[in-house]
Amino acid sequence: MLKDITLGQYFPIDSVLHRMDPRFKIIETMLFIVLLFMGSSFWILALGAVFVLLARQLSNIPMKMIWKSVKPILHILAVTAVLNLLFIDDGDVLFQWKLLKVTEGGITTSLFMMIRIVLLIIGSSLLTYTTSPILLTDAIESLLSPLKRVKFPVHEMAMMMSIALRFIPTLLEETDKIMSAQKARGATLDNGKLTERAKALIPILIPLFVSAFRRAEELATAMECRCYRGGEGRTRLRTLKAAPRDYIGFAVCLLFLAAAAVLNILL
Amino acid sequence: MVKPLSILETEELTYTYSTGTPFEKTAVDHVNLKIEKNCMVGVIGHTGSGKSTLMQHFNGLLRPTSGRVLLDGEDIWADKKKLRDVRFRVGLVFQYPEYQLFEETVWKDIAFGPKNMGLSDAEIRTRVLETAEMIGLEEELLERSPFALSGGQKRRAAIAGVMAMRPEILILDEPCAGLDPKGRNHLLRQICDYQKKTKSTVMLVSHSMEDAAAYTEKLLVMNQAKLFCYDDTPAVFRRTEELCSMGLRIPQIAGVMHTLRQKGYDLPEDIYTVEQARDAVLSLLRKGGGAAC
Repeated sequence: MLKDITLGQYFPIDSVLHRMDPRFKIIETMLFIVLLFMGSSFWILALGAVFVLLARQLSNIPMKMIWKSVKPILHILAVTAVLNLLFIDDGDVLFQWKLLKVTEGGITTSLFMMIRIVLLIIGSSLLTYTTSPILLTDAIESLLSPLKRVKFPVHEMAMMMSIALRFIPTLLEETDKIMSAQKARGATLDNGKLTERAKALIPILIPLFVSAFRRAEELATAMECRCYRGGEGRTRLRTLKAAPRDYIGFAVCLLFLAAAAVLNILL
Repeated sequence: MVKPLSILETEELTYTYSTGTPFEKTAVDHVNLKIEKNCMVGVIGHTGSGKSTLMQHFNGLLRPTSGRVLLDGEDIWADKKKLRDVRFRVGLVFQYPEYQLFEETVWKDIAFGPKNMGLSDAEIRTRVLETAEMIGLEEELLERSPFALSGGQKRRAAIAGVMAMRPEILILDEPCAGLDPKGRNHLLRQICDYQKKTKSTVMLVSHSMEDAAAYTEKLLVMNQAKLFCYDDTPAVFRRTEELCSMGLRIPQIAGVMHTLRQKGYDLPEDIYTVEQARDAVLSLLRKGGGAAC
C-alpha cells in the first residue's frame, strides 16, 4: 500500500547527534561537503571518511540504514565509474579495444569519484536521519533569517515547507482511498499500454487536486480564525538553543577542515 | 421453511495490518458469514471494530491474510483475472463518496462504471437514466458538472455511479454521514426502494441504530475485529445488554418502550421504530389499558 512509503527518512532514536541543534548540523554538513571537494587527494577522502565514521558513531544509526541510503544511487555510481574509466585519458594505457581505452588515471579518478559520492550521500543522510523534517525547516528558517533584511519572505517560505511536509501523509492516504474507490468502479490502474495507463490516472488525479485545493482553503480559513498574520512577533513552541556540545561539534568540524587545508598545501 | 440462498460467504476470514512490524493489528478476526440474496443488511459496530475493513474484502480490494471470501460459492481470489468482474458484482460505495467524482458531467461520472464493464452505449444510457431516477437526480442535473452540485446531490451522483453497475450486492459505507435528517431519511428510503426493485442485496454500514431498525431486515454486528452476531434485526436488538457493553445501543424508542414495560404497561416486545411504537401505544390506549398504575 501507498501508506508504507516512508517519507523523509527521520530515524527516531536518541543520540548525541539527534540532540544537536539542527542549525549546527546543517552548517556542519555543508562544511563537510566543502571538505570533500577541497582537493583531489585520497588523503582528503580519508579525512572525510573518518569524519563520517565519527558522526555515525555519535548518531547510533544502524549500519543497515546507512546501506539503505547508499543503495538507491548504486546505478548512478556505476555509470559515473564507467564513464570516468573510459573517457579519462591520463597516464599509462592499461587496456585498449578499438577507440576505448582504460588508463591508470582513469582508474584512480573513477575510484576517487565513487568514494566521494558515497561519502557525500552518507554524510547528508546522517543529517536527515537524525533531524525530523519539522526541525529541519525550523533550522532553515533560522539560518535564512538574515535575508529578511532584503525583504526575502523567510518565514512564509519555512511555513510553506512545513505545511507541505505535514500534508504529504494526508494526501497519500487520500490517494489510497480514491484509488480504492475508482478500482471499485472497475478502473484498471496497473495494466494496459502507456497511453491507457496515463488516461487511467485522470480519475485519480482530478479528485486528488480538488481535495488538495479544498484542504488548502480550509487550512487557510482555520489559520485566519486563529489570527495567524505571518512571522512577525510570533513565538515558537520549540526554540532552537545551542548547547556546549554544538560548539564542540562545530570546533571539531573546523579542525577537520583545517587539517584538509594543511593536507592540500603539503601534498 | 426453505433456506434462502446465500450469495456471499466468508470462511475464517482474517486480516492483519502491517504484519511483521510493531504496528501489527488484526482488524478482522476469523469471521464466518453467509449473506443471503435479496436482503437488506445493516452493519453496525463501534468505531474501529473492523466494519470497513471487512467490507473491503467483499469486493476484493483487500486480500485476506488468511481465510476465504466466496461469491456464489467461488473463491474471489482463485482467479485474479476475474477480480475485476467481482468488483462489478459487488459494488462498494465508500464513505464520503462525493470526493471521488471526477468527470466533466454527472452523466459521464455515473457512466464510468458501466463503461468499464464494457456495456453498449444504449445499455449505458438506460442505466444512467434509470439510476438517476431511482436516486432522485433530475435529468437536467445530469448535464452539469458534478462539482457544481449541492452536497446532497453530489452524494447521490456518487452513489448512482456504483448503483449503475447493477451489482448483485451493493455495500454502502455510511451513506448518510453529514446529511441533514430529512436528506438522510429520503436517501435511505431511495436505497430501500432500489433494493426492492433490483432484488439485490444491500449492505448498509451505519452508526445510527434508528436507521438500522427502520430500514434493515438483518443485522451484522462487529465487535473488536470479531463477528459478534449476524441475525434478524429484532433478534439482535433483543440482546440489549450485550450491545450496550460493546459501546452500541438499541434505538431510543426501544429504550422508551422497555422502560414503559418495566413500569407495568402491557406493550409488546420487539418495537424498534417510532411508527411501531405509535401503533402499539394507540391500541393500548384504545383498549383502555395502561391501568397498571
